[in-house]
Amino acid sequence: MIAGLVWALIATPVPGHRNDPLQLDVKRERRTSLVVWGLVAATVVWLMVLTIASFLEDAQLSANPRPVLTIELTGYQWWWQVRYLDDEPAKIFTTANEIHVPVGKPVKVRLVAGDVIHSFWVPNLAGKLDLIPGQINELIVTANRAGIYRGQCAEFCGTQHAKMGLRVIAQSPDDFAKWREKQLQPAGIEGEIASAGQRAFFASGCFLCHTIRGTNAGGRVGPDLTHVGSRMAIAADTLPNTVAHMAGWITDPQAIKPGNFMPRMNVEARDVNVLANYLEALK
Amino acid sequence: MTTLDYTDGMRDSSLSDTELDKTLVRTWSSHSGLWGMLTSTDHKVVGRRYIATAFFFMMLAGLSAVAMRLQLARPDNTLIGPDLYNQLFTVHGTAMMFLFAVPVMEAFAVYFVPLIVGTRNIAFPRLNAFSYWVYLAGGLLLWGAVLVDAGPDKGWFSYTPLSEIEFSPGKGVDIWAQMITFTEISALAVSVEIICTVFKQRAPGMSLDRIPIFVWAMTATSFMVLFAMPAVMLASTALMLDRLVNTHFFDPSLGGDTLLWQHLFWFFGHPEVYTIFLPATGMVSSIVAAFARRPVFGYLGVVLSIIANAILSFGLWVHHMFATGLPRLGASFFTASSMVIAITSGVQIFCWIATLWGQRPQLKTPLLFVLGFIVTFVIGGLSGVMVASVSLDTQLHDTYFIVAHLHYVLIGGAVFPLLGATYYWFPKVTGRMMNETLGTWHFWIAFIGMNVAFFPMHFLGLWGMPRRVYTYPADMGWGTTNLLVTIGAATFALSFLLFFLNMFLSYRSGVRAPDNPWNAGTLEWATSSPPPPYNFRRQPFVTSREPLWSEHNALPVAQGLRVDRRELLLSSVVDGDPVQRETSPDPTIWPFLAALATTVALIGSIYTPWAVLWGAPPIAITLIGWFWPKGDKEDSG
Repeated sequence: MIAGLVWALIATPVPGHRNDPLQLDVKRERRTSLVVWGLVAATVVWLMVLTIASFLEDAQLSANPRPVLTIELTGYQWWWQVRYLDDEPAKIFTTANEIHVPVGKPVKVRLVAGDVIHSFWVPNLAGKLDLIPGQINELIVTANRAGIYRGQCAEFCGTQHAKMGLRVIAQSPDDFAKWREKQLQPAGIEGEIASAGQRAFFASGCFLCHTIRGTNAGGRVGPDLTHVGSRMAIAADTLPNTVAHMAGWITDPQAIKPGNFMPRMNVEARDVNVLANYLEALK
Repeated sequence: MTTLDYTDGMRDSSLSDTELDKTLVRTWSSHSGLWGMLTSTDHKVVGRRYIATAFFFMMLAGLSAVAMRLQLARPDNTLIGPDLYNQLFTVHGTAMMFLFAVPVMEAFAVYFVPLIVGTRNIAFPRLNAFSYWVYLAGGLLLWGAVLVDAGPDKGWFSYTPLSEIEFSPGKGVDIWAQMITFTEISALAVSVEIICTVFKQRAPGMSLDRIPIFVWAMTATSFMVLFAMPAVMLASTALMLDRLVNTHFFDPSLGGDTLLWQHLFWFFGHPEVYTIFLPATGMVSSIVAAFARRPVFGYLGVVLSIIANAILSFGLWVHHMFATGLPRLGASFFTASSMVIAITSGVQIFCWIATLWGQRPQLKTPLLFVLGFIVTFVIGGLSGVMVASVSLDTQLHDTYFIVAHLHYVLIGGAVFPLLGATYYWFPKVTGRMMNETLGTWHFWIAFIGMNVAFFPMHFLGLWGMPRRVYTYPADMGWGTTNLLVTIGAATFALSFLLFFLNMFLSYRSGVRAPDNPWNAGTLEWATSSPPPPYNFRRQPFVTSREPLWSEHNALPVAQGLRVDRRELLLSSVVDGDPVQRETSPDPTIWPFLAALATTVALIGSIYTPWAVLWGAPPIAITLIGWFWPKGDKEDSG
């Protein structure tokens, strides 16, 4: 349309060729002036309509239903800590990079910055809102359909900003209640996988940064791994959560996500698989 | 005009044209050789340098963009790692904004404003020389850091706390912040020069309502720079203090405020966009008038729109911060103000179209770029109206939609007019025409390349691709579109190869340009191409907005200026009545030395706060040398 307009203005000839650039047809100028004023007025009206529409839309979007649940989401370079809050301290638990919500229920997300500014953005659920040090922003989201919603940090937060994803899983209230109950429990596996896994977990230094509830591992630098095997992805939605990917990640996290804060721990080859199998078993 | 004193010195009134030319050349020429380069106070010499340097920095910034596009051409690509990629996008934005867009516009003003207002030199020519050297030093500092892989990598906005020492050890951010100091000093200096030149050195008879639109645009821009730049200079200095001497301006745990940085940065950052756009509209007005062969339609409306834009642009900055969780009422105010600026920008567009309507202009390269500008800028303006809405922006903010929008506005709104202006004014600067065939190719390749590169980005943004990511997973399905974008970017880059080639070839062997190749109406075309060091043989006297059209190339002149020293005429602010003769400085090395001393102090203070102390005396010494009274010659009015 614009291109057409531009061509039209070149093509339409002016009556009578002018040699003197200052000799303008007064009548024609006045007519043009009316058209220009008309267009300016139309622009004004159009923009006013858009502004009002924007206000109305905004007002509608910012309606605040009563949330059934409060989730504290803390952004770290470059992963998300997810804490399910509750009035009863015993019902509070921590997980990472994966948020489960009941379908159709409003959920409040408290946004906390653990280090620098991040931005919580799950495009199909809501607009983005920043996590800013020194202030807490809150957002109420409702997932109206069951399914998996991908989100990603939307404010540049350093080296691995690109690989700071998360997932929101909307499930039926029953399934959600079951999942929540499960997450509250400490890691409850026994047997060879568990004992060998725990030995390797300590021998390789993993416990310095990670927590596995129900064991002696209580590090608080990296994501809580109590039920890491139940998550869909690892490394903040960077890799699918399989034994092979977990083994690759343990072997060399710097190759997969260069610059992230998980160092290469020089885990013994034998222990890599033990660890991967153990972590995957932490459902 | 009546009370000028004729008792001392050699006057232009007593000399024939040839004698006058000879005397003026002797009086106004810069020295030759390297010494001449370092000491010149001629606004044309400095302006040319400024333009060339800005284009050089643009080329480097453009190449960084090409590298980024190669990395993004495929999903999960490993060509460029996150460290380098983050440096690339940081210096791309930083250099394009601080080292290219604003300086190149000011460079054109340094060269052309004195010519268009009909004076012999810019106001404060030594400051002008100083500003160039400081600008050059700032640019070299940034690119030097990139060259040794120590460039900043926190974005051209360097949000705190990411840019604080805790999260950004190393000197990258300090170099970034100090580069801002350099470019701000030079931008502030040039703004002061432009304002004084326009207000006090206009040709007699050039009352406010006869000032050509380009000059109005540069004046408005200069005022904007004076008010906007201090905000970012304050912010970047506070950031350096946080990093260097442990202050806590932006640290909330100790009483600072993280968001303060964003407010200060965008209070500068949004007007910055208009300090780039307004000069471009001035260029468009010049080109449109020359090619339509009529004055721009609605002069008053256009000038008032420019001034309104300049003022309104200070009330929009919060629309960069809609996702920070501001109070809703505040955010809504900024939605409305962002909409309002579309009106004043629209007025200008309508006036240009009305000027061109039915005039059957010749489709030469400068006009092609103006038409390309109208198309792309309107698209950028429309997407701008979209992101002004809070509810839309919280989805689109920090996605590729914004990347598309800002490039439509900046490339469409500023680079295309700038390229058009380069084709338009090249003959005046070099005395040779640029090649039309190459120019036409350049335009079409640039226009197509730009649209192929940036239009699909709108969709990427709508599909959820965030900005500033060095890679993206294959299963997002953004791969093909990104490949298309990369092809467009490569095409666009190629068009610049043609542009530089065209400039090079035309400079060496282009067709000789007459004084006024486009039959334009403003004063820069009244002198030879290229202009002599003294700009005009005799002081032009102006009776209309387009003196060359109303006087049919026989300009009236004012006489009585001394020609045995660098004398120029000062005039009154409103009416442009001649009020005083003033001497313009001779070539001098002191501005260069002062810039050198400033550079040493500023770079030193990246590493130690003591540099402020030991760096100050050399600056003081050079300034004393600069301002040392030289007796009668330059000090008497």
